[in-house]
Amino acid sequence: MAISFDKALGVHQHTLGIRAQRAEVLASNIANADTPQFKAKDVDFAKAMQQATSRQRGVSLGGTHQNHFAIQSSLQAESGYRIPNQPDTGDGNTVDMQQEQAAFMENTLEYQMSLGFLESKFNGLKKAIRGE
Amino acid sequence: MSLFNIFDVAGSGMSAQSVRLNTTASNVANADAVSSSINETYRARHPVFAAEMANATAAQSLGQQSSMKVAVKGIVESDAPLIKEYSPDHPMSDADGFIYKPNVNVMEEMADMISASRTYQMNTQVADAAKSMLQQTLRMGK
Repeated sequence: MAISFDKALGVHQHTLGIRAQRAEVLASNIANADTPQFKAKDVDFAKAMQQATSRQRGVSLGGTHQNHFAIQSSLQAESGYRIPNQPDTGDGNTVDMQQEQAAFMENTLEYQMSLGFLESKFNGLKKAIRGE
Repeated sequence: MSLFNIFDVAGSGMSAQSVRLNTTASNVANADAVSSSINETYRARHPVFAAEMANATAAQSLGQQSSMKVAVKGIVESDAPLIKEYSPDHPMSDADGFIYKPNVNVMEEMADMISASRTYQMNTQVADAAKSMLQQTLRMGK
């Protein structure tokens, strides 16, 4: 009986990817805190998770002409614009530093948590292989 | 691996904030630089930030771009009027007895400096968190 890593690792392999991507989105919000006209974004975790687990891995369209663009539908989780707390900050920037910092910290901890789950899954597999 | 992109993004934020800190330092340092002509007087300078599209084609094919670096578009001089002061005894005064002082507002510069250093710190913290996340990922299964 072969070990199916997909089944053994469960949902945690997907959460890890989404958390990593969310960290990237939040990091660019923080980096652009003083950029005029920058709109803060975030990843909808529930939607992204649904997408990842249902294996909608995206479709790539084949090009039949040299001028065709290589278009691939979204491989990454969708990110949407955040609804700002205050209507206008003067320069069109919608980054709320406190909110972003808290979200980033939360996301980091959740990433580490997913990593912990994944690690214990691997430890279980290792024990099964060694027959301990 | 999207975690590696965080270093690029946080790094661009740090360099943008340090440019801002540099211009603030030069504004404050030159706040009292007196001159005898309106054209030679120091003018307050400020950087212009813009969100940088990491890769236009990637953004097109994915519909959206998840990470955005900060680009410093350039440094512009303030259009605020210079301070013209009548001071005939001043060694730098012109033929009519006027000296010209820079249009630097020291209060504004101080506030700008604190804002820049805070944002710089935030970016270093983000890079640090990304580093520990990556290290833990690399250690997984050992």
